[in-house]
Amino acid sequence: MALGLQEGRRGAVLSALPPIALGHALSVLIVVLGFGVTQFFVAPKLLAPGLAAILIGFGAYRLMRDPRHRVRAGMRAGFAELTLWSFLMATAHGAGLMILPLLLGMLTPASMLALSLCGPGAEMTGTVAALGTALAGAMVVLVHMAAMLAVVAVVALLVFSTVGLGILRRGWVNFDRLWAGTLIGGGLAVLLIR
Amino acid sequence: MATWTPDPSFYPSPRMAMQAPPERLAYVAMLNVESAARPDALGVVDVDPNSSRYGQLLARVDMPNTGDELHHFGWNACSSALCPYAPHPHVERRYLIVPGLRSSRIHILDIKPDPASPKIVKVIEPQEVAARANYSRPHTLHCGPEGIYVSALGNGEGNGGGPGGVFLMDHETFDVLGQWEIDRGPQFLAYDVWWHLGQDTMVTSEWGTPDMIENGLDPDLLLGAKYGHRVHFWDLRKRRHQQTIDLGPEYQLALELRPAHDPTKTHGFMNAVVNLTDLSSSIWLWHREGDRWAMRKIIDIPAEPADPDQLPPLLKGFKAVPPLVTDIDLSLDDRWLYVACWGTGEMRRYDVADPFQPKLTSSVRLGGIVARAGHPGADGALNGGPQMVEVSRDGRRVYFTNSLYRTWDEQFYPEGIKSWMVKLDAAPDGSLAIDERFFLRFDDGFRGHQVRLEGGDASSDSYCYP
Repeated sequence: MALGLQEGRRGAVLSALPPIALGHALSVLIVVLGFGVTQFFVAPKLLAPGLAAILIGFGAYRLMRDPRHRVRAGMRAGFAELTLWSFLMATAHGAGLMILPLLLGMLTPASMLALSLCGPGAEMTGTVAALGTALAGAMVVLVHMAAMLAVVAVVALLVFSTVGLGILRRGWVNFDRLWAGTLIGGGLAVLLIR
Repeated sequence: MATWTPDPSFYPSPRMAMQAPPERLAYVAMLNVESAARPDALGVVDVDPNSSRYGQLLARVDMPNTGDELHHFGWNACSSALCPYAPHPHVERRYLIVPGLRSSRIHILDIKPDPASPKIVKVIEPQEVAARANYSRPHTLHCGPEGIYVSALGNGEGNGGGPGGVFLMDHETFDVLGQWEIDRGPQFLAYDVWWHLGQDTMVTSEWGTPDMIENGLDPDLLLGAKYGHRVHFWDLRKRRHQQTIDLGPEYQLALELRPAHDPTKTHGFMNAVVNLTDLSSSIWLWHREGDRWAMRKIIDIPAEPADPDQLPPLLKGFKAVPPLVTDIDLSLDDRWLYVACWGTGEMRRYDVADPFQPKLTSSVRLGGIVARAGHPGADGALNGGPQMVEVSRDGRRVYFTNSLYRTWDEQFYPEGIKSWMVKLDAAPDGSLAIDERFFLRFDDGFRGHQVRLEGGDASSDSYCYP
């Protein structure tokens, strides 16, 4: 949005979206891959409480810690820089973590799907389970990226063409706190819904 | 502590900041020259025309030590906190960072509980600045998107030498974070620092190292063209020197930098105090030329012939009073440039809608080495001249004081400056009018220097959106 205003054209808003989405997706992908590996080494019944603990812990950490601000970025960012910036932002905020509860819930159905894809008579082996996790992971990352891209695009274009900059003054609530609260909420939900 | 919605004094764009409510308070750095035992202070001035104490000093916060030489100061955070690449919209514009130019001590004052009665909450000793940033003599500071940028005239080795440069401070803990430059290139002298956030470009100017200025303006150094006459452009992101522009050695003392506030614009203004060939002052414009920066002189202000009997010893031989343009200020709409002529005692207003073709639209005379022009709200002649000038966010009010720097004050006004602060009304038609109700006389040996306005002013904030 800022790039669009700086250059005075809507196209700049749109062309900033792909690198932002890519950086965000990369960050999420790393967390999902980590989860995929972890689930083979951790007893299944510990997965959910462990995840809940991590979510609540990270959310609490983000609520409590001193704000930091050493971002090396600027206003004249190109594709690679926007990707990196988005990747760092998503990672620091723990965006990938938020996906995990969903992924947790999808593990069993995904394994069943993988099993059926392997054809009749196939057995639930480690390979099939891994395939299931990969399927679920890929799906979650893609759906998440598409959703995020859509939301960011709509918000950025709305502010750019209709709402105007004034929204930044009053409507820019403290997303850091909101996000920390959401992480904790996600953790609690994992514990309760199980 | 972070807030839930952004600080209401943060504005995304200069256009929106111009809609801000008028300031009710002004803060002014007050240098004490009367007694070595008395500290400098930060003053709070009532600038609300509906108040019964309009134009009066409401409070004076004494510094804990003597001999600081308070000079410039600024906010911990401002509108740049809304910048998209390093957003910190929920920090507050709450603390005034007040450096001692001579002592290198930095004071942090909290204005939140009562804006009319700031409290000193932290003092950073010169040893910390030297140890962590290897600098001394902190001069100008600006609230950046990710912290406070402070220019410093000297190195941290205690020998009064250079290089001077820029260091960073955290805008909430006020820790000195370290030297800003990764590669300073040929830069050695320092003075002002500001930037084009939209271009990721920093600009710095040149005065002199502490040993060149602290004992007064040195005529030998001046006539030898040893004071600063260059401007430096930097990559704000990579912290590297990119380009030097030399005005020419005859243009001595390249001081204040006033980049356009609109982040899509790529020009700014700077004053050179004295031209050695004719004692004139000049205003320079920097702008883009292809993929490089370029500068050109856009305004010359000539010296005025004078009877040597009326001139201080330093100037008698020249038979002229130099304008000594020592401060300039650009309105938030980048339309009006105010030029303070400290020597001749004149405040000029230029229309810079076309920055290459400035038009002088109005001028007011107050003080001056020879003129001693008076004020309708005060008895008798005035000395000192228009110096640190500040413009309100809406561009309607112009405030200034009349002292420059202690040892230099004595050279140009040897009888001792009687300090004052005044306000002019600046109408949209380009005129300037003295506000008769506003004449603040500083007593007890205090001299006013930089003025900052409640909620921000024309030289305090920078913006990332047009």
